[in-house]
Amino acid sequence: MKKILVPVKMVLDSNARPRVRTDETGIDVAGMRMSINPFCEIAVEEALRLKEAGAAEEVVVVSIGPAKAQDTLRQALAMGADRAMLIQTDETVEPLAVAKLLCAVAREEVPDLVILGKQAIDDDCNQTGQMLAALLGWPQATFASAVRFAENRLLVTREIDAGLQTLSLPLPAVVTTDLRLNEPRHCALPNIMKARKKSLTVCVPADYGIDIGRRLKIVAVRPPAGRKPGIRVATASELVSDLRAAGLV
Amino acid sequence: MTTLLVADHDNRVLSDATARALTALCALDDAVHVLVAGHQARPVAEQVAKLHGTGRVILVDDAAFAHGLAEPLAALILSLAADYRVIAAPATSGGKDVLPRVAALLDVMQISDVVRVVSPDTFERPIYAGNAIAVVQSTDEKKLLTIRTSAFAAAGTIAVAVPIEEVVPPQGVWLARFEGETLSSSDRPDLASARIVVSGGRALGSAEKFQEIIGPLAERLHAAIGASRAAVDAGYAPNDLQVGQTGKVVAPDLYIALGISGAIQHLAGMKDSKIIVAINKDEDAPIFQVADYGIVGDLFEIVPELEKALG
Ligand SMILES: Cc1cc2nc3c(=O)[nH]c(=O)nc-3n(C[C@H](O)[C@H](O)[C@H](O)COP(=O)(O)OP(=O)(O)OC[C@H]3O[C@@H](n4cnc5c(N)ncnc54)[C@H](O)[C@@H]3O)c2cc1C
Ligand SMILES: Nc1ncnc2c1ncn2[C@@H]1O[C@H](COP(=O)(O)O)[C@@H](O)[C@H]1O
Repeated sequence: MKKILVPVKMVLDSNARPRVRTDETGIDVAGMRMSINPFCEIAVEEALRLKEAGAAEEVVVVSIGPAKAQDTLRQALAMGADRAMLIQTDETVEPLAVAKLLCAVAREEVPDLVILGKQAIDDDCNQTGQMLAALLGWPQATFASAVRFAENRLLVTREIDAGLQTLSLPLPAVVTTDLRLNEPRHCALPNIMKARKKSLTVCVPADYGIDIGRRLKIVAVRPPAGRKPGIRVATASELVSDLRAAGLV
Repeated sequence: MTTLLVADHDNRVLSDATARALTALCALDDAVHVLVAGHQARPVAEQVAKLHGTGRVILVDDAAFAHGLAEPLAALILSLAADYRVIAAPATSGGKDVLPRVAALLDVMQISDVVRVVSPDTFERPIYAGNAIAVVQSTDEKKLLTIRTSAFAAAGTIAVAVPIEEVVPPQGVWLARFEGETLSSSDRPDLASARIVVSGGRALGSAEKFQEIIGPLAERLHAAIGASRAAVDAGYAPNDLQVGQTGKVVAPDLYIALGISGAIQHLAGMKDSKIIVAINKDEDAPIFQVADYGIVGDLFEIVPELEKALG
């Protein structure tokens, strides 16, 4: 493989508690800690491992998002990615439009493999990789928990509802990552310094002539229904009599 | 116009997920056609034909569909798409794999994990691991939906089956190749549809302890077994038992969390359960915030007492 493309999204940190705006227009992330989407971090790690194993030559990361998403790209560069691209916009870009932009990038960059996260932990859509594969006409292997490159095919083990499934794909192909694929490395300080010197280009969606207008209108964003407060019980037998009374056991 | 529902099955048995998705789609007031694409999957089509709400069954029998791979299935759905206003699948690993592929080729923005049908173009779906519910209105002509099955009851059966129509699939060259699978076999009920779930977390400490503690209790309660991500990562339980934002979403009548802290990503997969029981030795564990009944204590002592009390 010559090149692996890894799309990474900046999201609200997984340890932060999302605040629903009182006017129901969305989630207020002002001043909150933003991070690389955990699944994307795993995607970067996997691309780097393929490169370090000699299976690939270059790892390019790309993000679509606000100027601040440069931080996310710098983190991927500090992990070891070779160069980065930001397609800058302050709009919320839906997976379909993200996939179209990534398709345009893939046509220019001609990667042998695109590795994405299986899902962004903010919108929880779980769509972009599959959409990109469709637009490119490439095979896909989603929810990967193991990836191996051998005899010009990619062997991917996937986490499915019933267990594990293994597919083999010819290149070029699209893979999306599940959590157990790998454990991403920590970035050492010298690498963070080095990452500042790596190439990070910035462009805008219009450069690709792609309409990123929303297809889904957000009518409202609300907090989920709360649960009513529970009780503490002291012993197992007390618990069992309560559950019996409720007809549960 | 009509709705097309893509059935989830293993060529022999229809998954409960399909019957639940059917309930969600019946709220749209359209006729629902259910597509069974498989290999020697007629028994599945026969099960679908007897579900309340199925208007017609479309059976496609071809070796290409033996393992539910996304490329041939997407091409097939696409070939049928013109006749349908809504194309949907349960949000199972298979549905999530194939439907966005179809959506992109139809130039439609998919709505994932629908938990409520508000109107024919407006739907509710959880975002941020269930920390918020978004009400979204689709402006696309066609609606592509995956249905979160834990939010809907399974459609019942009817006495007289609807017709099964066989369709010949489009031919094509499929690039991804099936190489093998390791399916978990368990004599426990299916996690996604069980009435009671007993879940274990990192506190179980080993695969042996997990089996020794969780197994008999689940057996006694005729319950399915679940696990936290930490328990799966550590190898105490197989991946298909993971409950949460990135695992399975369940909403049983009774969910018993043993030695699970209650991280938001875990809560995302179980907080809509009717009754939640938590046993944890840390009285400040966040799981207690969603639990109806909580016991603070050592699960290794309490679970055996629980079994004794159950008799
Ligand atoms: C992107 C992302 C996605 C994720 N998706 C999921 C997901 O789908 N599902 C999921 O579960 N997690 C998920 N996680 C992980 C989640 O954040 C937590 O790390 C995980 O749920 C913790 O598992 P746990 O509760 O078993 O372990 P811990 O958090 O370590 O909790 C163990 C608990 O056991 C208690 N305990 C210890 N000993 C005993 C004892 N003897 N008796 C009683 N109690 C005891 C402790 O007090 C503690 O509360 C995800 C994380 C990320 C970042
Ligand atoms: N704005 C974005 N920029 C770069 N990559 C993205 C973006 N949105 C989604 N992706 C990629 O698509 C994956 C799945 O996202 P989603 O379909 O939104 O759940 C993510 O893990 C990323 O790899």
